[in-house]
Formats: sequence, structure tokens, C-alpha cells
Amino acid sequence: MAKTSRRKLLKGAAASVSTLALAATPLSRAIPVQASEAIGPAPGVLARRGRNLSAALAERGAPSGGLLPATHAISVPLPTGSGTAVAAQQAAASAESSVVRMQAELKRAMEKPIAQRKWTMVIDQRKCVGCSACTVACIAENNLPPGIAYRPVLEEEIGEYPKVTRRFTPRPCMHCDEPPCVPVCPVGATYKRPDGVVVINYDRCIGCRYCIVACPYGARSFDFGEHYTDGTPGRQPYEESPALEYGKEWSRSSVEGITRKCHFCVHRLNAGMLPACVTTCIGEATYFGDLNDPESLVTELVTSGRAVRLKEELGTKPNVYYLV
Amino acid sequence: MSAKVLKSAFWGVGVALVLAGSWAWIDRWVNGEKNANYGSLVPWGLWVAAYIYFIGLSAGSFLVSSLVYVFQLKRFESIGRLALFSAVVTLILALLSISADLGHPFRAWHVLVYPNFGSPMAWMIWLYSAYFAVIMLELWFVLRYDLVVASKSAGFRGTFYRMLVFGSRDESPETLASDRQIVRILATIGVPVAIMFHGGVGALFGVISARPAWHGGLFPILFLVSALASGGALLAIVSAVFQDGLRRNRDTVLALGTLVLGLLAIDLLLQISETLVGFYGNEPARIANLKTIYGGPYWWVFWVWQLGLGTLVPLALLVLPATRKDPRVVAGACGLIAVGFLAVRLNIVIPGLADEQLAGLSEAFSSPRLTTDYVPSTIEFLFTAGLVGIGLLLFGLGEWLMPHGGEPSAGEAPAVGTEGSHVTA
Repeated sequence: MAKTSRRKLLKGAAASVSTLALAATPLSRAIPVQASEAIGPAPGVLARRGRNLSAALAERGAPSGGLLPATHAISVPLPTGSGTAVAAQQAAASAESSVVRMQAELKRAMEKPIAQRKWTMVIDQRKCVGCSACTVACIAENNLPPGIAYRPVLEEEIGEYPKVTRRFTPRPCMHCDEPPCVPVCPVGATYKRPDGVVVINYDRCIGCRYCIVACPYGARSFDFGEHYTDGTPGRQPYEESPALEYGKEWSRSSVEGITRKCHFCVHRLNAGMLPACVTTCIGEATYFGDLNDPESLVTELVTSGRAVRLKEELGTKPNVYYLV
Repeated sequence: MSAKVLKSAFWGVGVALVLAGSWAWIDRWVNGEKNANYGSLVPWGLWVAAYIYFIGLSAGSFLVSSLVYVFQLKRFESIGRLALFSAVVTLILALLSISADLGHPFRAWHVLVYPNFGSPMAWMIWLYSAYFAVIMLELWFVLRYDLVVASKSAGFRGTFYRMLVFGSRDESPETLASDRQIVRILATIGVPVAIMFHGGVGALFGVISARPAWHGGLFPILFLVSALASGGALLAIVSAVFQDGLRRNRDTVLALGTLVLGLLAIDLLLQISETLVGFYGNEPARIANLKTIYGGPYWWVFWVWQLGLGTLVPLALLVLPATRKDPRVVAGACGLIAVGFLAVRLNIVIPGLADEQLAGLSEAFSSPRLTTDYVPSTIEFLFTAGLVGIGLLLFGLGEWLMPHGGEPSAGEAPAVGTEGSHVTA
């Protein structure tokens, strides 16, 4: 058992090294922003995004961003025949990165009407090393203030020395099919979109925090209007730069005093890009796609027999699955 | 101490609290909720606890007033208007408290324009709006006749009363009779509204399956019983102090003491039931909640404040033959109960939230907003203290300006407008 997990860790590390190298490339090269065909609506938003880190990360995920050769470099020789070979590992072991595959599936899904998509996330807890890159990428992507992390990574220690291990649980919003947060909102500011994403209308939210109370996963946060550079000689301009969630520009003050949450990066999905946490995961432990697509990677994983959901007993029917 | 000294002390405390609270009030509007200590794991704190405390007092007071205006109980007639007045004052405090807690209080109108009929919170807002309208109207109709009579007095009082009755001089017995009819209708409407409103607030908590400490069918009932007990207790102390109450309301205070005793006993029964069933069920989240209440950092809120001073001491005073016939002691015991219910409310709201929804959640991301440790900040305390101050001042103004009226004993009419004739106990 211990050997198996060590092998997996090594495997994950091998993948991480290549991914890190990959991630470093665009940063050092300062890639030009291209409104390629993969990017549909809101080119203005993307042009603005080009100024920050997320642009580099986003562009890397785009197959037509001029980075495809680099992506091919991800094919790392992996040990085979581990006994627990599942679809994900086969995908990872193949020449194609799962990110590239999911990218293509995303494009396919976006061609369908919105009601026919069912966005689903799968997180492989055996591959997750608890690096929190997803947490940080999400904060950068959504320009989150202090005290808000849409996707923290929970850490648990299991067992006692010398038989001890750690389990990491990245916790985005579960985007439940029966979301307990939605019916309680007094003004209908939070709702479930036809593609399954639970979103918040920031202009309508009155800041009562009832939804935060009702969420069994702690996946909602109140924006107290704080800044990282409060209490320093000067508030830095980057903290006043807008959040680009939902494909709009939200000034810092417009999102103060309301509830905020993970939205599966719908603004990126609309632009043909995977969520920030997916493209930044160093071990490709986070998968994203359309569960209504029988050919999709997430469908393979969800039906692998390894997939579980958090607090199943509450009947919330999350759309985030964990591979245990 | 003379009554005058006590009265000055009362006003002094009220003004001091309001001044302290206005600093917090300004801070709230300038800095938003930055200086409040609740966060995203414990999203509701002192202000929500104070809110449900004040609405409990309000609903309880109102339901006692309905004993007079709906059920025509003579025993409580002398405090009917006072009960109604208390309901209005405490509702104002409740709404001020929750307005500070709301991230965007100026978007509150959204609940009318974008209603979500499935939300207990939306129903609560509609119902307290309706409730507010009903009790304000009812209070006006209860006082109208006495205000018209009193508006003939000279000076500031006369002008003030004339403004309140919009210049009406109608003293006819027909109008008085129609007033009473209207009051009865309004009170009859008010009873189900108050029950739905306050039971609905209990439901607002009780429906949340994500919070096992609240989730269950008992919560709406518990809220109603707590409201009646705390509201009745508040009325007992207020009617002993207000406008020479001990002399005028002696027997009513004793009756209220008995009523509160019974309600407190039922409340205790329900709480014991919740606790024992919770412990026996051994559900981790319930156990964690009970442990937080009984053995957490704020154990004294339960053991000293809620159970000791708020329950056992007053229960003894209301039961022991040596003390239960003394209206001063009964009023004091009820005062303890009324204050003790704030601890009940705190112990509902905060420990119910201060538990990790998922193991490791409070340590996954370092931030004071993402922790289960919650202590109200100075600003939160001052703000709530300021609300208490506003309450004291409103009661003080009421005691000073409200026409006595409705008194069974003779000689009340000349007393109106003769300042300084009221002696506080």
C-alpha cells in the first residue's frame, strides 16, 4: 500500500516537473495575447486579462495559442501496470495530456446549447499533493481580497506515527444539483444555471449571508471589503483592479458587502478556457468537463467506481467528485 | 436613593450608551463590516443574536398585549398599551441591529422587487414589515383618544400630541368605540402575523440541514416559547418601573411573574429535550455544538449567564413563598430572565455556526475570516450597547410622554401633562 502511494507520488512529481517547466515558459516569454478562434465572446475582457498572470496561464491551456508544441512535451514516460490502472492514468500515460483532451472536450461542449451541458469537476485525491497552486491561481484569476479563497485545500492527518498519512481535499463549490444555498436566498440573487453552475448575481445580493449559513461545504465567502495592503503606507493599485468574474468588470467596491463563491470560472469557459484551478494543477489531479458527454474524461472518471461526493447523505447531489 | 437620582441615572446610562454606540454606528457606515469579527465560517454573530433577541422581546410583548386587545383579559388591561409600546420599541431595536448586519442594507427593497417565495428569510422580512405596520397602527388607535384629550394641554406636550393625532379633536364616544373596534381587529390580525413572523424566524434556523444544531422541528416552537417568556419578563420589569408602575400594576406584575414562570418552565423543558436527545444521538456535529456551549471558551455564557442568573435564580425567586408575593422581587427576577435570554440567543447563533463544515476547513486558509473562533469586536459590542441605550431612551421618552389613560383607579386624567407627577420605583 505504502509502495503504491509512493509510486503515485513520484508519478505526480514527474508530471509536476514538466508542468512547472511548461508554466514557466510563458511567464518568461511574455506571450502576446491573441484573440484566437478558441476565444469566443468578450475579447475586450481578454485583452485586459492579458496584462496579468492569468493570461499566461489561460493561453497555455488554449490549443491554438501557439503553445501546442510545448504541450506535447508533457508526455512523460510513466510506469505501467500499477494494478489500479484507471482511465485517468491511461489518459495521462498516452501521448496526449489530459488538459489537452479536456480542452477539446470543452470546445465540443460549448458548441451545444447551454442546457445540454453539465459541468462537472473530478479531483483525484491520490494525485493531489496539497501544493495549493489551485487556491493561488483561483485567487489571482478572480482577484480575490483577503479572507476569501474559493478553493482552499483541506489537509487532514490520518493515523498515528509511524503509520501516518495525509489527505488533501481541494474544496471548490460543489455546484450541487440540489443546492441548499439557492432556495434560502431572499432575493433570488443566487441560482443554478442550466449548465449546472451555481452563480451569484452580485448586483442583487443584499449581503444577508443566509446562503453561507446554509452551505454544508463552507463554499461561500462574504466580502468584507478588505485589502491586503491595508495598514501599510499605501494601498497598492493592483488591489483596486477589477475582478473579471462572469465576464464583467467588477470594481473593488462593487463586490464589497456581498457573498462570493467559485463559479467554475464561467468567464473562462465562455472564452473556451478551462477553469484556472484545472490548468494550474501541477499533478493534473483536477479534471473538468461535461458529464452529459459520454466520451468525456470526467464521464470516464465519474463512472470509474472510484468517485465519491462529499456529504452525500444531505441529498445535495454535488457535481464535484473525488477519486479516493 | 431617591426616585430622582434613579431617574437621572437611567437617562445618564441611556445617553452614554447611545453616544458609545454612535461611534460604532459611524464606523459601520464608514468602514462597512471590516471591523466586525464574524467571517465566512461564522457568518452571523452578536448582531444577529441581538436581532433575534429583540424580535423575541417584541413578539412576546405583543402577544401579551393581545391578551388584552383580543382576549379581553382584565388582569392585564392596565399594561396593554405598555405591552404594545414595548413591542414597537424592541422591534425598532431589532431592525436597527439587522440593518447593520446586512452587507447592503440599502438593497433591502430587493426583497419586494425580486421576491423568492421559497426563502424563509424573505418571508421573515415581509412578515416583520407587516407586523411593524400592524403594531404601529394598533398603538396609534390605542392611544388616539388619550392623545386627543391630552392635546388640550398647553406648551410642548399639547403641540406634540396634536401632531401625533394629526390635529384631530374628536373625543366622541362613537369614535372611541370605533377605535376600540379597530384595535381589536388589528390585534386579531397581529396575533397570527406575530406567530408566523417569530415562528418563521425559528424556521429560518430550523430548516438548515447543514447546521445540525439548529435543524429540526422543535426550533420554531422553541422560538415562540422563548419569545413569550422573554417578552413577558421584559413587560414585568417595565410595568413595574414605567409611570409609577409598582403602585399601579402591583397585581399585574405578580400575574406576569406567574405567566413567565410557566413559560420559562416550558422553555426549559424544550431545551432539556433538545440537549438530551442531542447527546444521546451522538451525532458528531450535534455533540460538537453541545460541547462548545457547555465547555467551550464561553462556557460561562451558558452556566453563569443563561442557566444561573437567567434561569435558576429567577426560577427560585418566582417559586419560593418568601419572595414570590413581592412585586419588586418578581419584577427583578423577570428582569434577570429578560437579560438571560440574550445568552440563550447567543448560544443558539454562535455555537451553531462555530463548527467546521468539513474537517480542516478552518485551517485550510489562514485568515481571521476563516476561523471558527468568534468573539464580537469592540465595534460590535458598542453597537449593540448603543441599541440598548436607544431602547432605554425610547422607554424613557415613553414614560415621560405617553398619556396614562386606561387606568382603573380614579384621578388619571389630571395627571396627564402634569410633569413630575410620575415617580419611578
